[in-house]
Amino acid sequence: MIDRKDVEHVARLTRLHLTEAELERMREQLNSILAHLDTLRLVDTTGVEPTSHAVDVVNVMREDVEEPCFSQDAMLANAPDRSGELFRVPRIIEE
Amino acid sequence: MMHRPIHELTDAYRRGDLTPTAAAESYLARIAALDQQVGAYLTVVRDDALAAAGESERRWRAGTPLGPLDGAPLALKDVLCTRGVRTTCGSKILEKFVPPYDATVVERLRAAGAVVLGKTNLDEFAMGSSTEHSAFHPTRNPWDLTRVPGGSSGGSSAAVAGGLAAGAFGTDTGGSIRQPAAFCGVVGMKPTYGRVSRYGVIALASSLDQVGPFAQDVEDTALLLAAIAGHDRRDSTSIAAPVPDYMAELPKGVEGLTLGLPDEYFIDGMDPEIERAVREAIEVLRGLGARIERVSLPTTRHALAAYYIILPAEASSNLARYDGVKYGLRVAGRDLIDMESRTRAAGFGAEVKRRIMLGTYALSAGYYDAYYGKAQSVRTLVRREFAAAFAKVDLIVAPTTPNVAFRHGEKEDPLSMYLNDVFTIPGNLSGIPGVSVPCGFSGAGLPIGLQILGRPLDEARVLRAAYAYEKTTAWRTRQPELV
Amino acid sequence: MTEPGRISRRPPSDGAGLTDPAPTNYEVVIGLEVHAQLSTKSKMFCGCTTKFGAPPNAQTCPVCQGMPGVLPVINRRAVEFGIRTALAFNCRVNPSCRFARKHYYYPDMPKNYQISQYEEPLAEDGFLEIEAEGGSRNIGIQRLHLEEDVGKLLHEGTLETAQSSLVDFNRSGVPLMETVSRPELHSPEEAATYLKAFRAVLIFLEVCDGNMEEGSLRCDANISLRPRGRTELGTKVEIKNLNSFRNVQRALEFEVRRQAQALDAGERIVQETRLWEADRGYTRSMRSKEFAHDYRYFPEPDLVPLRLDRAWVDEIRAALPELPRARRQRFVSQYGVPAYDAEVLTQSRALADYYEASVQALGSAAAGNRADRPKTVSNWIMSELLAALPGDDELAIQRSPITPRHLAGLLRLIEDGTISGKIAKDVFQRMLASGDDAAAIVGREGLTQVADEAALSQIIVTVMAANPRAIDDYKRGKKEAKGALVGQVMKATGGKANPALVNRLLEDKLSKT
Repeated sequence: MIDRKDVEHVARLTRLHLTEAELERMREQLNSILAHLDTLRLVDTTGVEPTSHAVDVVNVMREDVEEPCFSQDAMLANAPDRSGELFRVPRIIEE
Repeated sequence: MMHRPIHELTDAYRRGDLTPTAAAESYLARIAALDQQVGAYLTVVRDDALAAAGESERRWRAGTPLGPLDGAPLALKDVLCTRGVRTTCGSKILEKFVPPYDATVVERLRAAGAVVLGKTNLDEFAMGSSTEHSAFHPTRNPWDLTRVPGGSSGGSSAAVAGGLAAGAFGTDTGGSIRQPAAFCGVVGMKPTYGRVSRYGVIALASSLDQVGPFAQDVEDTALLLAAIAGHDRRDSTSIAAPVPDYMAELPKGVEGLTLGLPDEYFIDGMDPEIERAVREAIEVLRGLGARIERVSLPTTRHALAAYYIILPAEASSNLARYDGVKYGLRVAGRDLIDMESRTRAAGFGAEVKRRIMLGTYALSAGYYDAYYGKAQSVRTLVRREFAAAFAKVDLIVAPTTPNVAFRHGEKEDPLSMYLNDVFTIPGNLSGIPGVSVPCGFSGAGLPIGLQILGRPLDEARVLRAAYAYEKTTAWRTRQPELV
Repeated sequence: MTEPGRISRRPPSDGAGLTDPAPTNYEVVIGLEVHAQLSTKSKMFCGCTTKFGAPPNAQTCPVCQGMPGVLPVINRRAVEFGIRTALAFNCRVNPSCRFARKHYYYPDMPKNYQISQYEEPLAEDGFLEIEAEGGSRNIGIQRLHLEEDVGKLLHEGTLETAQSSLVDFNRSGVPLMETVSRPELHSPEEAATYLKAFRAVLIFLEVCDGNMEEGSLRCDANISLRPRGRTELGTKVEIKNLNSFRNVQRALEFEVRRQAQALDAGERIVQETRLWEADRGYTRSMRSKEFAHDYRYFPEPDLVPLRLDRAWVDEIRAALPELPRARRQRFVSQYGVPAYDAEVLTQSRALADYYEASVQALGSAAAGNRADRPKTVSNWIMSELLAALPGDDELAIQRSPITPRHLAGLLRLIEDGTISGKIAKDVFQRMLASGDDAAAIVGREGLTQVADEAALSQIIVTVMAANPRAIDDYKRGKKEAKGALVGQVMKATGGKANPALVNRLLEDKLSKT
């Protein structure tokens, strides 16, 4: 079961600001969903490899060839805040 | 002109009875008049559409059309990046995002001469089964505007059903093409995972997403699939195997094919009208020469749980990039972390937040093996069961959904919403191709879909069975009345 | 000690003043993590160029900027470079490996996850042999894997004082190869030695240019102390921002003192990340590793596994060049040059190739066989040639106007007496400037050594006649006086007289007066 601290921790990990009410509702909903998902425990998967790739393909690689880059304008066009040729972000405080 | 499939439109272009421009104008006028009620579109690109239609017209007049899609008026789910045209994923966090590039699928459609009418509505970031979770507006089912069109590709499905596009594209991660196709009485197909490029398709769950067509009939479905299928060197998960000639395969019928009926897809509590319609469809197929056998897929009942761990996990990772730094919404904050947290809080809706939280939790330290690891092992079991079934049968037939289109607001509880996809999810977990074709109506006049699943890369057989069924029945002739 | 989450601005009290090196009651345990930018033409997962120096955000594309909908595709040459390096470090190249997503939020991370490798890295369990006290030792290399680099952050002022930061994604997506050593280094000096040797191998393999100032090679260290005799490891501290060998050593020396002092005082070492402040000479706490990052690794679903073809690996192994250490040892045994010379000459493959080509050319160009030739070539390269080349460019030697054949030509002229060693240095400078060969310059400038006994005797007689006092001094025992006379003769010949001959003739004449 997820407790309040877990929810806060996960919200912090995933950079989601939740209000008090949201935290509580989230806790309830997640617990309810997890209760259903817990049924997976009943499935016997001894010796069963997890599927990590959906296709049976291996060794897809590309040659080391340069391809044209996109222009600065194209890449900066959607920037919420920019300073000339650079993206600008608010000050960074170490956690 | 409305409700003429693409292949009939292009026949008319060829004969000179109709021009691509007239067709595009007609659709655009209809969208202007009716989409207020349906809400299929988020963005209509009138000028671009008419320009493309004009180019197409020149080619048809010169006798040099690019192919069977030249001049086809299409709609694209708003997860497909379109250069210069905003691509929102139905979310506030990308409300103003304009990609500087086209998805590979879009490039191929443009190269085929298709006329893109606009971008269609969806559940935010393709998370949902009703298109009620779009941040902008809900989409309504043309058959009954008080009901949902299904989701997450509800906009594309409703556009085709309502005559607001001749064909459309969506994405299917857990049923998001097949389920809305069933709810809206159109044909919807999910190809084999890797058959169609995911480059430029805004990701939900990377190991499950596939782009596929919505169409008015199976022939159009084959045409639309052929235009986008095939290897893409920009997508490492894209399959290199050659694309068969789907059109040539269509008329081959079902004689000699063995169809499997999975025990687990005819469950207690499913809508009896759906069960009857599907069983009748199976009899039609038997009458056409198919052999019917029972198959068992015991892990089906756990597929939903596995999916609802894998999807949120991958989605939480794919959505980590939306943080207000380089594109999309930014909400001011006192520092970077505050800005990012407030941006994501304001930009994402409740369902998206829920799944991001669930997925982050499932991947976090200490829980990986119990959740994600376990779910991926269950997934292996699901794949193995399908493989074993396909050793005995050529195709699997089943209902597409356990119920018909429900009313807006009826399924507020997330869990009950998730149950919509119980018949479609296993196909995504296994990566196999599947189609939903109309197979009847409920007493209340709501469409019912028949699902046909096939072996990996066996779209041709899936389409040919669907085609045979469609040609023997007349469900297509009934259309919703939108005024 | 600083609380987790707070940036320490005060230098620890033991910061300045302690000059005592490693306290002897503690054992030092160090591991190094090295990130090397691979010198591929294009990035790890997209075709953008990796060239240095473009304007910000001018060398990017939707893929390396992490735009919605993009997908990565693996650069085969980066994998090749990784395999080449793994083999050079005696690692086991895993038959299959895969990429994984490593999640954390930082503005230089376009996707807020980095595509790296986790449970199935490219290679494991290798070693690097280094010269250590008491001989040489193998330092274990635990793993080697590939990942993508992140963008660059710029701040006005420092990270702590800036009100905003700026991001440039040109570097984002450049291929990185991470190697983690086992914690088997016993001192800061050994750590620096390891890093030097490590870098030399990468340069030899031509997989990385090894430029630490520009950041193509970055190093983090993990260091812990334990009471001598104990086997369990102490709390490890990660040190970052080590951008030169000297800084690696200094930072670790500081850490040893800091941790020793803390342990002596009965304090607990906090498991954390500390930043080395080179100008101030101390490490300061950056963030606490006690709240370790939860990276939420899972296999990268957008990439497929690599099943490395044995034939490909064997092909790469067969093409491995002779590595620095082996080449150094061969120079000593085959050419008889001192270890010091061998070390200088093998600092890059290009230089070592140049040396051997020169020795070979001299052997072909000059008559007979002289045992001192390799040393002569070495001397000339070390003292004259390297001084003339830019110090930070390993490949400058390949562009040198003086080719091995040219150098051999010059040395042949000294050997056969055509010019003196002194004149040769002058000719060398002219060769550098003009790119002409020695013989041409000597001929053109008339620098041929005067070795005509009769002519020299004549000049000597003249000089002796003009310097009676010097002769007297010499006869009275002042040997330096002879030197003065030799000088006069050299002057009279414009420096072209064969000094040995002059000496002999002068000696002869002086003895007869």
